[in-house]
Amino acid sequence: MKYRLVSGLETHVELATATKIFCGCTTAFGGSPNTHCCPVCTGQPGALPVLNKKVVEYAIRAGLATHCTINTTTHLDRKNYCYPDLPKAYQISQFDKPLCEHGYVELESGKRIGITRIHIEEDAGKLVHESGFTYVDYNRGGVPLIEIVSEPDISSPEEAKEYVEKLQLIMRYIGVSDCKMQEGSMRCDVNISVMPEGATEFGTRTEIKNMNSISYIEKAMAYEYERQIEVIEGGGKIVQATLRYDEHTGETSVMRTKEDAQDYRYFPEPDILTVVIPESKVEEIKNSLPELPTDKLHRYIDELKINPATAKLLYKYKRVCDFAERAFALGAGVKNTVNLIVGTLYSKLETEEDKEKFVLPVSADEMAALVKLVDDGKINITLAQKTLSAMAEEGKPVSAYIKPEDIAGMDDGELESICRQAVEANAGAVADFKAGKEKAIFALYGFVKKATQGKADIKKADEIIKKLILG
Amino acid sequence: MKSVISILSSKLRSGEITSAQLTEQYIKEIEKHNPTLNAYVHLTFDEARANAAAADKLIKEGKATALTGIPFTLKDNIATDGLPTTCCSKILQGLKPYYDATVWSKLKAQGAVLLGKTNMDEFAMGSTSESSYFGAPLNPVDTTKVTGGSSGGVAAAVCANIAAYGLGSDTGGSIRQPASFCGIVGFKPTYGAVSRYGLIAYGSSLDQIGPMTQSVTDAAIVYDAIRGEDKADGTSVPTPDGKTVLNGDVKGLKIGIAEEYFDGVPSDIKSAIDGMVAAYERAGAQVVKVSIPALKLALPVYYIIACAEASSNLGRYDGIRYGFRATGYTSVDDMITKTRTEGFGKEVKKRIMLGTYVLSSGYFDAYYKKACLIRKAVESQMAEAFEKCDVLFAPTAPNTAFPLGYSGGNAVQTYLSDVCTVPVNIAGLPAISIPCGTDKGGMPIGVQIIGKKFDDSRVLDVAYFAEISGLSETADFKGGVRV
Repeated sequence: MKYRLVSGLETHVELATATKIFCGCTTAFGGSPNTHCCPVCTGQPGALPVLNKKVVEYAIRAGLATHCTINTTTHLDRKNYCYPDLPKAYQISQFDKPLCEHGYVELESGKRIGITRIHIEEDAGKLVHESGFTYVDYNRGGVPLIEIVSEPDISSPEEAKEYVEKLQLIMRYIGVSDCKMQEGSMRCDVNISVMPEGATEFGTRTEIKNMNSISYIEKAMAYEYERQIEVIEGGGKIVQATLRYDEHTGETSVMRTKEDAQDYRYFPEPDILTVVIPESKVEEIKNSLPELPTDKLHRYIDELKINPATAKLLYKYKRVCDFAERAFALGAGVKNTVNLIVGTLYSKLETEEDKEKFVLPVSADEMAALVKLVDDGKINITLAQKTLSAMAEEGKPVSAYIKPEDIAGMDDGELESICRQAVEANAGAVADFKAGKEKAIFALYGFVKKATQGKADIKKADEIIKKLILG
Repeated sequence: MKSVISILSSKLRSGEITSAQLTEQYIKEIEKHNPTLNAYVHLTFDEARANAAAADKLIKEGKATALTGIPFTLKDNIATDGLPTTCCSKILQGLKPYYDATVWSKLKAQGAVLLGKTNMDEFAMGSTSESSYFGAPLNPVDTTKVTGGSSGGVAAAVCANIAAYGLGSDTGGSIRQPASFCGIVGFKPTYGAVSRYGLIAYGSSLDQIGPMTQSVTDAAIVYDAIRGEDKADGTSVPTPDGKTVLNGDVKGLKIGIAEEYFDGVPSDIKSAIDGMVAAYERAGAQVVKVSIPALKLALPVYYIIACAEASSNLGRYDGIRYGFRATGYTSVDDMITKTRTEGFGKEVKKRIMLGTYVLSSGYFDAYYKKACLIRKAVESQMAEAFEKCDVLFAPTAPNTAFPLGYSGGNAVQTYLSDVCTVPVNIAGLPAISIPCGTDKGGMPIGVQIIGKKFDDSRVLDVAYFAEISGLSETADFKGGVRV
């Protein structure tokens, strides 16, 4: 029998606000244990939480960017459970009235993964196990999170991967999170079940907790899919359970089953009043959103006529796009700009993170100046690449490499005389070309390039040469 | 009634006495009376002497306010930086917070002198202060009687003149009822008027800090010093600028009487209040009968909501970060269980269990959710009543001080004694309890004056009439620092 995979993701994203959700402590990652703390985020008796408005704003941004509706009257709730990393024995979260609801994320295929809800909550501290002792570090306690809950619309590990990547991309675009899975600023719980093809009822689901890498999510899902089918085919039943994924063995194992599921005793947080967000604030946030990744990709392909493969290499990195678009605005041609970025600058930015950060000593102004030389035929693309490469390494302006006289000297008359020399010096190639060997003309291009140190516009040279040969 | 604060303040400002000398007088009287009364559970005399020195400097510099240099006390659930704050619970044994409650930092800035932390029911859960880990405080009026609770220690200290005034907290009557039992003034402001930052929570949506004093004038002075919006407490609200003006004019005042408040109230309490109301009428006030049927439901609503919130608020006491930690555990879970089993008293455990139950899945709708709905009904019915009257007069309690030990065998009866005080907390209203004669046994009776939300100054002003007309006298304890 064939089985369909049914999966929904709960994604925790740490918000990039400067301070924590309920106090003024920094949210900076790391720091000596228990140094980013105060009476509020360590739950000292008598201390009270005060909601950070920025957190609400960031969460609304995330909601709007994923096409959610915003609940402009909302409240926070207490989720009660006892664990040493949770100093109040309750997490302030949202239960029955999340800030954002009913959105979606669109995959490249056009399929939409529904977003059930996005709510705000506080992160817990961290337990550190060392030489037989357990220590608690509350630095992370109170760091703001949003939990993005998807509908069970995901039907393969590949879709899960794309969904998570898309979320990552959107959150980075709108500046609410860096979504670094390795640092824990983005984490996923994967709900997964299987059902026979054609069936209408979902199977019993399991939940794989705390996945912190996209490739593990894919692997764990694939493993769990096979495991569930095996259980069913063997006549067994899937037990609803929370699982952990072992990265080393690539297997899942049970953390707890439904029987010992916790009763969180949610109730409205009495220390924080009902949050009322003016519609005008939502409008303001909506208007401040940048162009979203999918829209940008479509614009690049449809309007700027960038070839789809190149457009996909660009749109993933917002800073790269910003750079390119500034160069466009300064008059640089689209095609030469993007080709130089992808061909030359990307070779300096090896990792995803490098491209994400996009730190190079080349300004958009200098980039535009260089591209315009190519656009105008003053220099050819090869020289532009060589120059850009040097600029990216040395941080000097275009003028340090290409002198005005180099460009000014290459008037049409001079080019024609060089072309004439090329024709004269390559009689054999000319004869071959005349005989129909089109590629023979490359020998003449080479001559021109060498004679002009690459500054010649080969397109123009081609025209002149052909005129000279064919009359 | 006399304004102890005004008298002491003028003596201090005139140079008749220094704060240091006054503080030593109080310390001497505490050492004399506290072993009997058990009003204070943590003495902070070093702090008091340092505060007094700072106050004398302020006075010399001409920067004194009404409270500068005057010795007072805080209930043991108000956080004091570096000084014990234990909620009279074993589980907070040794806790010295590393921050100040907003009320204490406000008073400290004005040069108030902190004598110590006073006794209370464990985590403010109780009406007699007998659930204190440190044993019950005794009622200075009659030491065979309880002080009431939960702010029983403050009431005893103020009554016995071993603190000029004190700050208590009121979740279901914990300022007003002990004030009534000990024959002093207790004022519970509108919810949010005084910052709760640093008040160790019992029922967060009900808790409110307020003054316990020898006079209405004193209550207004202290209230003015501690009120106002606080950025550290998101539930706090702005209060009007300037001093609360007291002129005691009750001409045309509409006094509401809701029969529901008087059901089952003994005749001597009822007639004492009737007498007080009649005096107001003679001065030009008008009596209006009002009906608030939902009052009957306020008590169960209170116990559901307060316990629900408490079960969550008290979850943090696990022995990991501060306070008491049990020994002989085998795992973290075992440590937490043992710590809570040994650290909490019986009443607290009972309320945690009640609260956990009403929030549990399957029971939430039937209890907690329903209680929240009825709470709204109480609020709106009280608001409706205030469309017909300016203030409500009611007994503070349906009884005077119980004998010590009584509540142990009469738990339900003791819970029922909160019936007159809890509606105010449910609805977030301001209310004051002032003395109103005595019962057959000579124990003080309290009358409660309740106002609408944010009408705190009116409540104080209406009570002030009783003060200036000699209708209300505080219990006269023949000891302590008498002024």
